[in-house]
Amino acid sequence: MFGYYVELALRSLKRSRALTALMILAIALGIGACMTTLTVLHVLSGDPLPGRSGSLFYPQLDPRDMTDYEPGTDLPDQITWVDGMNLLHSRRADRQALMVGGQVATQTADQRTDPFFTQARYTTADFFPMFDTPFRYGHAWSATEDDARSRVAVISSELNDRLFNGQDSTGRTVRADGNDLRVIGVLRHWRPVPHFFDLNMGNYSGSEDIYVPLGTARDLHLARMGGISCWGKGSGEEDKMETAECTWLQFWVQLDSPAKATAYRDFLTHYAQEQKAAGRFQRPVSVRMLDLMGWMNDQQVVPGDVRLQAWLALGFFAVCLINTIGLMLAKFMRRSGELSVRRALGASRGSVFMQLLMEAGMVGAVGGLAGLFLAWLGLWLVRLQPAMYAQLAHLDVPMLCLTIALAIGATLLAGVLPAWRACHVAPALQLKSQ
Amino acid sequence: MLTDIFPILSALRRHRLTASLVVLEIALTCAIVCNAIFLISDRLGQLSLPSGIDEQNVVHIAVSDIGKFGDAHARTETDLAALREIPGVVSATILNSVPFGPLSWNSGIRLTATQKVSTVDSGNLYGEQAGETLGTRLVAGRYFNPDEYVWLDDVIAHRSKQPGVVVITQALAHRVFGDGSALGKSIYIGDATELRVVGVVEHLARAGMHDRNGIDFSTLIPLRETTATNGSFVIRTQPGQAGQVLTRAVEKLKEIEPRRVVVEQDTYGEIRAKHFAGDRAMAGMLVGVCVILLIVTALGIVGLASFWVGQRRRQIGVRRALGARRVDVLRYFQTENFLLASMGIVLGMVLAYGINLVLMREYELPRLPFVYLPVGAAVLWALGQVAVLAPALRAASVSPVVATRG
Repeated sequence: MFGYYVELALRSLKRSRALTALMILAIALGIGACMTTLTVLHVLSGDPLPGRSGSLFYPQLDPRDMTDYEPGTDLPDQITWVDGMNLLHSRRADRQALMVGGQVATQTADQRTDPFFTQARYTTADFFPMFDTPFRYGHAWSATEDDARSRVAVISSELNDRLFNGQDSTGRTVRADGNDLRVIGVLRHWRPVPHFFDLNMGNYSGSEDIYVPLGTARDLHLARMGGISCWGKGSGEEDKMETAECTWLQFWVQLDSPAKATAYRDFLTHYAQEQKAAGRFQRPVSVRMLDLMGWMNDQQVVPGDVRLQAWLALGFFAVCLINTIGLMLAKFMRRSGELSVRRALGASRGSVFMQLLMEAGMVGAVGGLAGLFLAWLGLWLVRLQPAMYAQLAHLDVPMLCLTIALAIGATLLAGVLPAWRACHVAPALQLKSQ
Repeated sequence: MLTDIFPILSALRRHRLTASLVVLEIALTCAIVCNAIFLISDRLGQLSLPSGIDEQNVVHIAVSDIGKFGDAHARTETDLAALREIPGVVSATILNSVPFGPLSWNSGIRLTATQKVSTVDSGNLYGEQAGETLGTRLVAGRYFNPDEYVWLDDVIAHRSKQPGVVVITQALAHRVFGDGSALGKSIYIGDATELRVVGVVEHLARAGMHDRNGIDFSTLIPLRETTATNGSFVIRTQPGQAGQVLTRAVEKLKEIEPRRVVVEQDTYGEIRAKHFAGDRAMAGMLVGVCVILLIVTALGIVGLASFWVGQRRRQIGVRRALGARRVDVLRYFQTENFLLASMGIVLGMVLAYGINLVLMREYELPRLPFVYLPVGAAVLWALGQVAVLAPALRAASVSPVVATRG
């Protein structure tokens, strides 16, 4: 029966080529536009650390003075050195890391090579296990090296390829701003999207190339980068950042159960109350601790234009679908005579309905394939765009399956109404009128 | 033509489903296209926001030092003296940021020392002779005297007091002081430093991403910048010499200090293009979507009209046999399409306003101007008439003899 329907559908589609082509084109354009924009949205709003993001949290405090105070104002996006160190050393979370971004001139110990600038991250040891960074060679440093402010570094596999031709470089020396650091670990390719742990570097910026213990970086005066926000006497003078009234660091914690998260929130409130009692904090006590995806949402990481484009494409797809419904209705109704003959010869209403749906489904399948091609083309166009996220726009397997499913599903849905109308034409009346 | 309307309406009533599909399609298209065109004009409007500077003749060079160097002030003087000697250079300085550049310095502006909450947020531009070098247009007062400048790094390290004078933009003056003259009045920035307004410039766009209401809120503060505090070189050249001067200046800077890295070198046009690249891409995409949407809708109308013509061949034949002229048949289909389009447009306008309300809330877009309604309507009426022409002509060519057949 299935084969017969396919044959009937093919015959019918061939009979009115222009109309068939028009339907396929409409579906393909709608699907192409939709999948292009949805893929971009899907990539950009994805979870950077699936399975792990639920237990990562970003605590926020308000250490500012009363200038510009208004009830309900947002908390600072970052944390001061003093608070960061206090929270870090209290070790109340399963893991915790204090960090900031930077940029250093990098070269090997070989003086003849030219130094070049690379993005750096100065962080405490838990960064690596907490964010589950994959290691190619060697290992991360530990809290001991943090405290000793050891001259060590972990580098990215890209930097390792560039400096050491991809060989195991652990134990060798990398020079950052003229300071010798011993490589103790090399990461595999690691680029979380978005660059969640420090949005100041750009929401979708690439990963850093060199990781140095925070204390070491401060000792060596390695150049800091990213956002900084000061109040009162804080002026952003580099040598006084440890005591300055400025927020400039990011602090992340890992809390493995909801109970621990609640306990940590209480601890934060308690800490803020203590600081206020001691006179360091002046504003009414206010703390916040969002989880990773909550923080991404709060910071509106996904560009507004990307959402706008997705809505636009959905609207476009709706027009294409209505168009297809109309055309299919025209096509099916034109064949009332033929369908009536089949009904008169004994085909049940259900089998006529199925036959028409088969036709709709085939249009959907072909339209979906063409739409897939258009989406691929569309994503190629997106990648040519100047935005930082553009290069991330690639079709993945789930989106590929979704494309085809959406195309066939939507066209079947579009076919239901016309097919229903067509198979309810009274055969006797129709045949008589001919 | 009017006499046709009632028979058409009663005919449409018998094709309610198909007719409502056409109306719905036209309505959606109308709503999307109206909003898309509005978005396009909004983006294009941003592209032409004034920077307030002599864009044609300004170039920008950012350098980064590797390792630590000695006296930043002396090095700055040496660098700038060398740059000023290059033929074609009108003026050279180091600035903390450039209009529409990526790096921005901002602060809240207050009207009294004790005011708790800032009146408005503004972008701050530091650098010796910043206004003169960029070529902003002074509309009142003066720029700074040489003795009013202090070094930025000295202020950061509390070795010098903040200067007490400021030049602001017209837009900022109007926002803060209303219609009266701003000259001689004071504003407060940061930790309660009083700044007396000594000059007002026509425009000076801020760096970084800001909405169009705040883009022209800028201040010029007499602080001398160095590359050690992240400043970058800005040079104004004689007309037409930007390219050569840029190349020569980069060479010169490398000559003076080979160990520094030139991170960016661009003409101002490139900085501006980079800032608006996203808006331009978005506008281009919207234009593309509008065009394809209109084509799809037109093709849909052609398809359905053809179907109707095919279905009504006999009735057309009967009308022709009863004395209707070809042009009457043609008019019939054109009027029918006009009616459908009109219904679609009315529905579409309501929808367009609905979408606009959502966009206003989500994207801080202004209200859809009224002028878009007649324009949108005209576009869709025209589209419908063009699309229906071929099927209508085919209908008009149906011969009266059809009535007697079958």
